[in-house]
Amino acid sequence: MSEIFTKSMARNIYYGGSVFFFLLFLALTFDTSGEVPKRDNHEAIDEQVALGKQVWEENNCIGCHTLLGEGAYFAPELGNVYKRFGNSTDAIIGFIKGRPVEGIPGRRSMPQFNLSDEELAAVAAFLKYVSEIKTARDWPPNIQG
Amino acid sequence: MKYQSQAVAKPYFIAAIGLFVGQILFGLILGMQYVWGDFMFPEIPFNVARMVHTNLLIVWLLFGFMGAAYYLVPEEAERELQSPFLAWALFWIFLIAGALTVLGYLLVPYAQLADITMNDLLPTMGREFLEQPTITKVGIVIVALGFLYNIGVTILAGRKTVVSLVLLTGLVGLAVFFLFAFYNPTNVVDDKYYWWWVVHLWVEGVWELIMGAILAYVLIKVTGVDREVIEKWLYVIIAMTLITGIIGTGHHYYWIGTPDYWQWWGSIFSAMEPIPFFMMTVFAFNMVNRRRREHPNKATVLWALGTAVMAFLGAGVWGFLHTLAPINYYTHGSQVTAAHGHMAFYGAYVMIVLTIISYAMPILRGQEASDPRSQVLEMWSFWLMTVSMVFITLFLTGAGVLQVWLQRYTEDPQPFMVVQEKIEMFYWLRELAGAVFLIGLIVYVISFFVKGGERVTIGSSDTA
Repeated sequence: MSEIFTKSMARNIYYGGSVFFFLLFLALTFDTSGEVPKRDNHEAIDEQVALGKQVWEENNCIGCHTLLGEGAYFAPELGNVYKRFGNSTDAIIGFIKGRPVEGIPGRRSMPQFNLSDEELAAVAAFLKYVSEIKTARDWPPNIQG
Repeated sequence: MKYQSQAVAKPYFIAAIGLFVGQILFGLILGMQYVWGDFMFPEIPFNVARMVHTNLLIVWLLFGFMGAAYYLVPEEAERELQSPFLAWALFWIFLIAGALTVLGYLLVPYAQLADITMNDLLPTMGREFLEQPTITKVGIVIVALGFLYNIGVTILAGRKTVVSLVLLTGLVGLAVFFLFAFYNPTNVVDDKYYWWWVVHLWVEGVWELIMGAILAYVLIKVTGVDREVIEKWLYVIIAMTLITGIIGTGHHYYWIGTPDYWQWWGSIFSAMEPIPFFMMTVFAFNMVNRRRREHPNKATVLWALGTAVMAFLGAGVWGFLHTLAPINYYTHGSQVTAAHGHMAFYGAYVMIVLTIISYAMPILRGQEASDPRSQVLEMWSFWLMTVSMVFITLFLTGAGVLQVWLQRYTEDPQPFMVVQEKIEMFYWLRELAGAVFLIGLIVYVISFFVKGGERVTIGSSDTA
């Protein structure tokens, strides 16, 4: 780089640029926090959904599945599983409950988590709540996730 | 070694390499589970192996960063480390806490681990990459605080160079953004929004400052180019990193229930994120071409050039491939993401840690550079690991493109598991490339124990 462009100019771009864009990021975050309640389906959050999120987290579901596209890519997207299972929490409960303890020979299988009825209902309610978050362009692209 | 206290970097580097080996072994288990679904099931289910794989990666990179700081800060500050004892104490605390956490993942079901560690009190577990029990997270914060105190006081009481100040900024940022790991609202949109303040602002923000500072330090040492020139480059690179990368966080805010405008902000700014990585490549080659000395450690020069190129390819090019919102609409959360993640982490962060280890380890062991035979092996390991990582990335990209096509793009989208079976061949090839990576890593470890060979040096070389 030429001598016209000095180190102190470079330093000023670094300080000025990072401060400016971090403040812009905070401003966008502020605006987002005002917009999110219009689409985040928070009306659906109750004690059961909160318990469901805890069950979701304490069994590390994100270690195999994606939720709205984030997580691991070993097992299906669950952000829309409620819809994929015919808008039925019972179908979700039945699936989780029915996983064989020893797996399926040669194939991927979800572990048997031995959840209580209360936990099963809660995690299904949580997945229903997530499926009703209004994502941009109704992501995922189709019912297969 | 100019300062005795630099020696404390050595255990950090050794621990980093040891955990790296563990990470790769679990990577191979995961790769096998992709093609042989019940491999090790139910003893080690996929989610457990994945936690071990990703958490070991994070922990060993942190060991590497800390080792780098302990090595280079005394030299930059021109004084001994504030407290070598504290550095040793934190080493053992971090290693034991890390080992206990990994054992916890492996030996008890995750829900039970959550129970034992009283996740109820402050639920932070079960989110990707932040799976550690809350008590471990608190431990990480304590270690980080002690570390920052040690490094910070050393820097502020001594000579303040651009390299050490940028490194310190990166490390402080790392600690500050980690605090968002403790914020876990029930509202999934808010949860995801701030989860990225840890993950994105780490790897596409402050970690790049750490990488830039380490690279600049090594280039000063091995090329002998004037510090003023290198520091100017460093400022410009990290300026571009933060100018593009902070708003670039928006590329994670397309489809999680956040406003539509993020598709514009995220696309435009993250499309520019390759720029600082490209500059890093130009920088590294430029400095090596303008070198004023022939450093006997050829392997380090190779790693330094390699990390710049591979970071540009992995983070820059493979990131750009799927960062524009209209494309990401289809590729989000597919094997394309996995492809990018693998090469970006390897290129930017694995390789920068291996660069500083390559430079510092011989000096810590009392040599300016390793014996030639050792360097030849190290360079073999460079090529084996790097080329196999390129292939891992290519195979995962192939798998990802097909997956996106069959599951999301066609008129007749097919279920996830049906598609997974159709793309199995790519997973086999990926596992094969992974095995070659492991061979490269074994060669790398062996290179530390090999001696001899004839050194062919041109000109003089003063000890760095």
